[in-house]
Amino acid sequence: MKDVREALMVGRNTEGRLVRRPVSPFMLGSAYKFQTSSLTSIMHRITGCALGVGTLLLTYWLVSAASGDGAYSIAEAILGSWFGILILFGFTVALFYHFCNGIRHLAWDAGKGFELPDMHRTGGLVVAATVILTLAFWALAFFIW
Amino acid sequence: MSTDPTIHIMRSNLGRARGLGSAKTGLHHWWAQRVTAVALLPLSLYFVLTVLSLDHATRDQVAAFFAEPWNAVLYLCLIAALFYHLKLGVQVVLEDYVHTESTKVASILLVNGAIVFCALACAVSILKLAL
Repeated sequence: MKDVREALMVGRNTEGRLVRRPVSPFMLGSAYKFQTSSLTSIMHRITGCALGVGTLLLTYWLVSAASGDGAYSIAEAILGSWFGILILFGFTVALFYHFCNGIRHLAWDAGKGFELPDMHRTGGLVVAATVILTLAFWALAFFIW
Repeated sequence: MSTDPTIHIMRSNLGRARGLGSAKTGLHHWWAQRVTAVALLPLSLYFVLTVLSLDHATRDQVAAFFAEPWNAVLYLCLIAALFYHLKLGVQVVLEDYVHTESTKVASILLVNGAIVFCALACAVSILKLAL
């Protein structure tokens, strides 16, 4: 043990034996089973990272529009292709999930909704709202405009 | 991971934590993440509605959209809040999952650089369309 901080990563198991504490992301599966709480939590991170990649798409769209007609028509062709639509669909799912679950996180920050039944209920609500908002978005995109 | 670790330093947990320094800018990081999150609630709804309204838009229609000052300003607000929120979020993810100090610092710097680059590219594009 070279670093004094490593001492904090050592704990005792139920038999009293010294063990190295599991370190994220290796908690799930080995030391921890999937539940509504952990699943909605990791989904928040995954969708957040996906949206980070999605900002590249937003950047590309804005830059191509600013560049000129040629660049914009290429961007239109890429984003309008079936592959582009698939990526955009994933983007909207991630956006609506992160949006809804973000509200849940802000409520927790305000000290509300910590009780387990509330937490499970809001977790289900977030998933339902994500499905509804995504379907509403694509229904509007395809049929109204 | 399989070898049993042993403690050579017999000190209390408090004693171990002392001298390692405070969390420093941790509170600011936490607070800024919440502030940008709240800002992004209305801004992302606005973004979704504008994307719907610009569905199948020509480049001229996109330019006309950004020529409206309110749209340009709201998009600049969105870009600022979005990329700042992204920088804070990715930093937390990297700090949690990358355990080698040098790789961690390098990856955070790399991502921050990419985020600043994209944010400026978006802002310049919006201003060019708007002006």
